[in-house]
Amino acid sequence: MSKLLRIFITIGWLLAMCLPSQGQTADQTIRIAMTPAFLHDQHAMLAEWRSYLQQHTKRPVEFIQRDRYRETIDLLQQQKVDFAWVCDYPYLVLKNDVKLLAVALHEGKPYYQAYLIVPASDTKTRSIVDLKGSIFAFADPYSNTGYLSPRFEVKRSGADPATFFKRTFFTWSHRKVIDAVASGVAQGASVDSYVWESLAKVRPDITAKTRIAWKSEPYGFPPMVAQRNVSAADFALMQGVLMDMQNNAQGLALLKRLNLDGFIKGSPKLYDGVAEMMRQFGEP
Amino acid sequence: MRLFDLSLRYKMPLWGGGLILATALALSASFMLQAWDNLHHDLQKNAEDLGRITARALFPVMLHDEVWQAFEVVSLPFVANPETALTESLVVFDNQQRVYVSSNSHEHTLLQPMASLDPEFAALSSELPMAPDAPVHVRDAGDAQHIYVALPVAADGVRLGTVVVAYHKSLLWQRFSQLLLNAIGITLLVLGVLLPISAYWGRRMMRPMQWITERIRHIGDPDMTAIDPALYPYRDEVGLLYRAYADMHARLQEKAVLEKEMVKSERMAAVGRLTASIAHEINNPLGGMLNTLSTLKRYGNPDPVLQKSVSLLERGLSQVRDTVAALLVEAKVKSRPLSPTDLDDVRILVGHAGKKHATHLAWRVDLPNEVPLPSTLVRQVLINLLLNAISAAGQHGHVSLKVSASEQHLLIVVENDGQSLSPEQLNRLFEPFTQFSDSGNGLGLWICYQIVTQMGGTIQAQSDTVLTRFTVNLPCNSPENT
Repeated sequence: MSKLLRIFITIGWLLAMCLPSQGQTADQTIRIAMTPAFLHDQHAMLAEWRSYLQQHTKRPVEFIQRDRYRETIDLLQQQKVDFAWVCDYPYLVLKNDVKLLAVALHEGKPYYQAYLIVPASDTKTRSIVDLKGSIFAFADPYSNTGYLSPRFEVKRSGADPATFFKRTFFTWSHRKVIDAVASGVAQGASVDSYVWESLAKVRPDITAKTRIAWKSEPYGFPPMVAQRNVSAADFALMQGVLMDMQNNAQGLALLKRLNLDGFIKGSPKLYDGVAEMMRQFGEP
Repeated sequence: MRLFDLSLRYKMPLWGGGLILATALALSASFMLQAWDNLHHDLQKNAEDLGRITARALFPVMLHDEVWQAFEVVSLPFVANPETALTESLVVFDNQQRVYVSSNSHEHTLLQPMASLDPEFAALSSELPMAPDAPVHVRDAGDAQHIYVALPVAADGVRLGTVVVAYHKSLLWQRFSQLLLNAIGITLLVLGVLLPISAYWGRRMMRPMQWITERIRHIGDPDMTAIDPALYPYRDEVGLLYRAYADMHARLQEKAVLEKEMVKSERMAAVGRLTASIAHEINNPLGGMLNTLSTLKRYGNPDPVLQKSVSLLERGLSQVRDTVAALLVEAKVKSRPLSPTDLDDVRILVGHAGKKHATHLAWRVDLPNEVPLPSTLVRQVLINLLLNAISAAGQHGHVSLKVSASEQHLLIVVENDGQSLSPEQLNRLFEPFTQFSDSGNGLGLWICYQIVTQMGGTIQAQSDTVLTRFTVNLPCNSPENT
């Protein structure tokens, strides 16, 4: 009687030891940080994308949305997320903490630009130099097109970016930068071309209140990155699922709503231009 | 026609409607005045509340110098209702009174000094208290287009700036006009219900008055009809008027009948007196003349021609004497009392005439043994009435006689189903020489009338399309008959 009980207890103990280690790989949630590098306020689309990823990775997927890049950088450094869609600037800041997972293709190319936008009523501005002494909106201090690029242009013109504008402020999202110019709060702003083009498709009434005064050279598209401790298997799984999106109807429909054409593996070389700008501002 | 000459039927609803209209207007006007005051107060209160909430939300935002978040805070009230942004705006100023952010950034550029925005803001700028604990400052200048409510953005004695809620006065009017439209709508609705009710009640109240007025206006007319009491069954003043009218109408009718009767009996009395005096005047010489003729016949010349003439004269005068005798009805004849056998005699006496016309004679006599009335006169009346009835009933006509007696009265009713009598005929029925048939001398009913009136009784004739009825009522113990 007691012998039999001991056997049962042993079997039960063994099972209890085995089950969590089984679930470690099969049930562990994949956490992806989403940033304002794209129109991250399309909540219905995000919910669909999440369920698509769950379906194809066969793992629970959690999207973690943060407005400020700094918060996402922290999450990656603290290893609280596995993957993140970030701007190229944070990617370079985090170069030692993350691996390049995939790069999205916008209009067939892994590039995007900075758009210098002004209110539609302003028909004179041709470059950032014309906006001296104006009210200027930045997206995020860790944004390339929304902060680094316009300041770089000011610096290139020989002026001091710190005093060039009368007043600057951060909206903490490219989408809101466009709102700031459209509502007349800012007299100029630099914005992610991909976000502006995507917004032009869903809310042309807002983008119509702005005018693109100048376009920058192409930069590497905001990349999907993996936190450095993500296992090779998860890395490969996620990369595979993302790159496979263009091969099925549901994935294609989602890509269309994201205003993208697909994902490629990409190369860190895409971001050399941005790295150069950073160096000019004394950042490693 | 003057307004005050209008029928009450129109005047009552007009006055009622006028009063309702005046009441509705007075009430609406007072409500609207009150509403204007309330609206003004509410709007200011709302602006204060909005300013207070915004100021509280703005403090941490301004502390962190988050311009965009500040903009999101001040534009939040206008997100759901973009039209309100046209009449209302929220402007945040820093401590240097420069625009920090505004819900209407197209007009209020960031860092623009308050005094340079427009003259109204300039005036506000000059009077704005800048103490950290400054109370709500309201600027509602008569000549200004906007009302300003300014509150400090402050916490714990530190002031970061000022939030100003500015709303165009047209907003007040815009909201008031909505209220006004509602009030007008409701007033019209109420009037639309009350005015027809007032008109209906006015007319309904006046209708019985109208009816009675019409009757009273035609009060002297001969075709005046009695009023139906069901027309106005209530016991209020109008009901009393109806009853008074009905009473008056009945009395007038009675009086008219009485007057008619009086005229008739006076006329009959006059005719009677005239007839009697003429008859007496004729009777006196007539007796002498007849005596003279008798003497002449007996003792005069036996010439046959003369004798023939005398006889002729005698016959003529005899006829005159008979006629006069008939006119001179003498009711003071001593006679035995009436007994049932007298009725049997009468039946035999009229039987011949009845047979001649094949008349159906209905005979209902209910007499005690004796009635203290002179039998000769009653027989005369019965015979006259029955012969007239048989004659009027015509061939195969129906005639009925009803005689009944009580302690005080003898009632005789003679009916026939012959041609009815016209009102004109009825009126002159008992006058002498009134002939309605080819036979007879027109004295039969005259004699009846004279006999009955002299005996203190009454005789009446009624005639409708079916029957003609003579009713004789004789008092049994009248002094004339004893």
